[in-house]
Amino acid sequence: MDKPHRTPGLLQHDLSVVSAGVAGLTDAIERSGTASLLHLDWRPVGDGDPSLAWDLATLTGDSADPECAGSRIDRANAEAVTRVIGAEPVWSDVALHASEIWPDMGRTLLHAGPPVPWQGMCGPVRGAIIGAILYENWAKSPEDAEKLAASGSIRYAPCHEWGAVGPMCGIISPSMPLLVVTNRAGGNAAYAPMMESGGARTLRFGAFGDDVVAGLKWMERVLAPTLKAAVARMDGGLPLKPIIAQALHMGDDVHNRNTAASLLLLRAVTEALLEADIANAPLVEVLKLLRADDMFFLSFSMAACKATMDAAHGVPFSSMVTAMARNGVSVGIRVSGLGPAWFTGPADVPVGLFLPGFSEADANPDLGDSAITETAGLGAFAMAAAPAMVQFVGGTPQDALRYSREMARIAISRNPGFTLPALDFVGSPVGIDVRKVVDEGLRPVINTATAHKQPGMGIIGAGIVQAPMQAFTAALRALAAQHAGRA
Amino acid sequence: MPIKSVVKANLYKDSVALMRVSQLVIARTGVERATLLMGTKANKELLAQANILEAGVKDAQPSDIMIVVEGASMDSIAAALREVDALIEGEGTPRSVDGKAEDRPPRSIAMALGVAKNANLAQISVPGPYAAAEALKALHQGLNVFLFSDNVPLAQERVIKQLALKKDLVVMGPDCGTAIIRGVPLGFANVVRRGRIGLVGASGTGLQEVTCQIHRLGEGISHAIGTGSHDIHEDIGGTTTCQGLDMLAADAGTDVLVVVSKPPSATVRERVLSQLKSVGKPSVVCFIGDGAAEPPAGNRVRLVSTLQEAATAAVAAARGTGVVTEAILPDISGEARKLAAGQRFLRGLYSGGTFCAEAQVIWRRSGVAAYSNAPLDAQHRLPDGAPSREHTAIDLGSDEFTVGRPHPMIDPAMRIARLLQEAADPAVAAIVLDVVLGYGSHEDPAGALAPGIRQARDIAARAGRHLPVIAFVCGTEEDPQRLSAQEAKLRSEGVVLAPGSTAAAKLAAAVVGASAGKR
Repeated sequence: MDKPHRTPGLLQHDLSVVSAGVAGLTDAIERSGTASLLHLDWRPVGDGDPSLAWDLATLTGDSADPECAGSRIDRANAEAVTRVIGAEPVWSDVALHASEIWPDMGRTLLHAGPPVPWQGMCGPVRGAIIGAILYENWAKSPEDAEKLAASGSIRYAPCHEWGAVGPMCGIISPSMPLLVVTNRAGGNAAYAPMMESGGARTLRFGAFGDDVVAGLKWMERVLAPTLKAAVARMDGGLPLKPIIAQALHMGDDVHNRNTAASLLLLRAVTEALLEADIANAPLVEVLKLLRADDMFFLSFSMAACKATMDAAHGVPFSSMVTAMARNGVSVGIRVSGLGPAWFTGPADVPVGLFLPGFSEADANPDLGDSAITETAGLGAFAMAAAPAMVQFVGGTPQDALRYSREMARIAISRNPGFTLPALDFVGSPVGIDVRKVVDEGLRPVINTATAHKQPGMGIIGAGIVQAPMQAFTAALRALAAQHAGRA
Repeated sequence: MPIKSVVKANLYKDSVALMRVSQLVIARTGVERATLLMGTKANKELLAQANILEAGVKDAQPSDIMIVVEGASMDSIAAALREVDALIEGEGTPRSVDGKAEDRPPRSIAMALGVAKNANLAQISVPGPYAAAEALKALHQGLNVFLFSDNVPLAQERVIKQLALKKDLVVMGPDCGTAIIRGVPLGFANVVRRGRIGLVGASGTGLQEVTCQIHRLGEGISHAIGTGSHDIHEDIGGTTTCQGLDMLAADAGTDVLVVVSKPPSATVRERVLSQLKSVGKPSVVCFIGDGAAEPPAGNRVRLVSTLQEAATAAVAAARGTGVVTEAILPDISGEARKLAAGQRFLRGLYSGGTFCAEAQVIWRRSGVAAYSNAPLDAQHRLPDGAPSREHTAIDLGSDEFTVGRPHPMIDPAMRIARLLQEAADPAVAAIVLDVVLGYGSHEDPAGALAPGIRQARDIAARAGRHLPVIAFVCGTEEDPQRLSAQEAKLRSEGVVLAPGSTAAAKLAAAVVGASAGKR
């Protein structure tokens, strides 16, 4: 600060102007012949609060001042995103029961999204909780299950806070089997329930009938032990990154389209399944499932992304989002440098296609932990790889490319491991920077399925949704407060 | 008068787009006033001051548009609101042929820098409460700033100017109306010859007038660096002014330095003068209305008190002649002789704030103390919305006049309304008007004012009075509106044309001086 000031060099070079604001004020620059001009499509950042705009500006990086808040955040983000890009998620095991992983789980039910009490839960999550209580045999009837659910004797917690992720309602109960994915680079593990293949009526979409419970029992009894035996045959487990990278080149986004990845998984496990000591009947059932369910890989994708993002959480000062999850009422994000806190905003209803007989009026707001894929730079961020996806919103393949290009505006880096052929093999944008979301006024896009808002009804459609700006403005204020406190 | 307020939720438009809508709605539906503002706290305060903060818009968010329409009947208001809707929808961003596949243009400075890698200046004209944030981002990313926006909190202005100083960058503004850098006009600026005279100024229209006068005298401008109106305050300390003088001192293309501003704080004044003494180039200082004029502090720094003197002194210094020729004023005595006995007072209706200030200073020297909404001293303050009183000079560009209405440099309607009001006042001896040309201004300001001037003189004539209208055009022949064409339009309305702001104010003073002498 005590260095002598030098004369500003503005007069030394031809003007190259970036203009924000009134368009008519730039005529003279355009006609000058010597100055160049780029006029921004400016609008107030975030929710339009001027104090937020100022907070954001104080967090701008400055290449000449490595000690300013923004430069510190830039360095932290570089570290955080390096951990994301360097992650090595491997399918290493199947836990036959969640209670093996968390022995003191007791009567805990994990759910998708940020924390929410029973009274505040949406219809499908309530339905799934009733289903889980019936599955656990903690109650005999849906009515009793509902009473128990509301009694206060069940502990509810977000999957994310337990190192897990669950699709849609995301309910994990103590008896449920879980996929185990280890991040070899970070030494951490993440867990996800396997995909039920019950058609429209599944627990994850809030259905809880006898058929749903029977499906869960089959997974516990047949699917889990079979896959556990198979993965045990694979030396060191099954690396998931190569499968994801290939699937992107085959039209998947590994969030709402997993057709190619599920086939690649089937190819990878077939030999191990046959070599493992498994009776023929269950083996055939499992192979049938793997062949038939286009979405089976989603659990693997989600667990891989969770293992990846958890390793990047906790980098001091980083403004990178490490979790983005929805409980059907609100959407919450967690930020690498902001500890365990959730920053939330209201969940929107997805825009898209509905199954026959349903409409937007039946749709529950956005739901599920599967947005961990977007958080890790897949899903809608890799939409350019999955042009078929845009049919959900009536778009063209050009729109798919646009989604990936736009998400690059809010991303810290690109992942050279996940390339997008239609964009000249550029890496998929990765690492959502809270500052950029607010600065660009551009909310992360999420590919998603849509659940019926009544308990017990199941899936009714699929489409696209955006995370609420409010979650990001809240996180931005926390980042600003953190730096103001430090200064 | 009936009034109705509605909110358009979650739709952002910049103030100029909204003013355009307002202007068109008034023109097409004839309602009294159509105010469109984003729902910021500051804008709500403006509505409250104008007594039109209605329940309908009280809860608007900063991202909502507040719409307040006043009209003769609820029917005309309803028609105006329909027109507002149609115009706002018509404002949608253009789409490509194939519709959705179009990428959005960059919204942020950071994103723009990915495209414009050599960018060295951010021009910021967003609403004031957001403006300093954009400037801060620009500075961190290595850009100089031209900050046109007004109403920037002083604490934020201090922060950005200190950061600029630390980073060897310059912030022109906030509230910086004009600048010319390497011949490129920024903001509201005139097309002037390039040359050897460099200017630094805290006053937008002051800089415009001095650059135009220098141009008309045959010399040219190297650069004109605007500082914004607060730079000379004690709180800011003249940071940009001193940086600007440094830049011009170091600039090989600049031989003469000119400083134009309203009177600075004592410390800033001292800082500027001592910096100029050490510059090694001749300089001219014009602190309009600075009472403490001192004798020249050596041959190289010359203190002057009017914009015209600033221009002539700079030209003399550039030519090394040392002779400053005073502009010759047209003879006004013929006009003065036609006045009735009761016509005693001057009324200046200015679109440029500096012109309004300069007129008060010049008039006061002739013994004419004027009331103003921007007065020289508190006892001559004219309250917001009050009619003129005795001698009056009004700055029609101030907030009280521009809420919900376009600036008078862009749209003459409000000034014409005031002009007709003054014309009906039997005590008025002369009216003074400024007509500002250049980029940013109305495409034909004299042509737009002409019918109003004609009507004003008719009103007076019907009451048996002669009403002198004195005007000057701030501009050059090279401006898009052409000085000669604009002057011709005024002349054909019988306007007494002055060769500049200083001359216009002196002529006006002469009118009342001469008529007072007659009595």
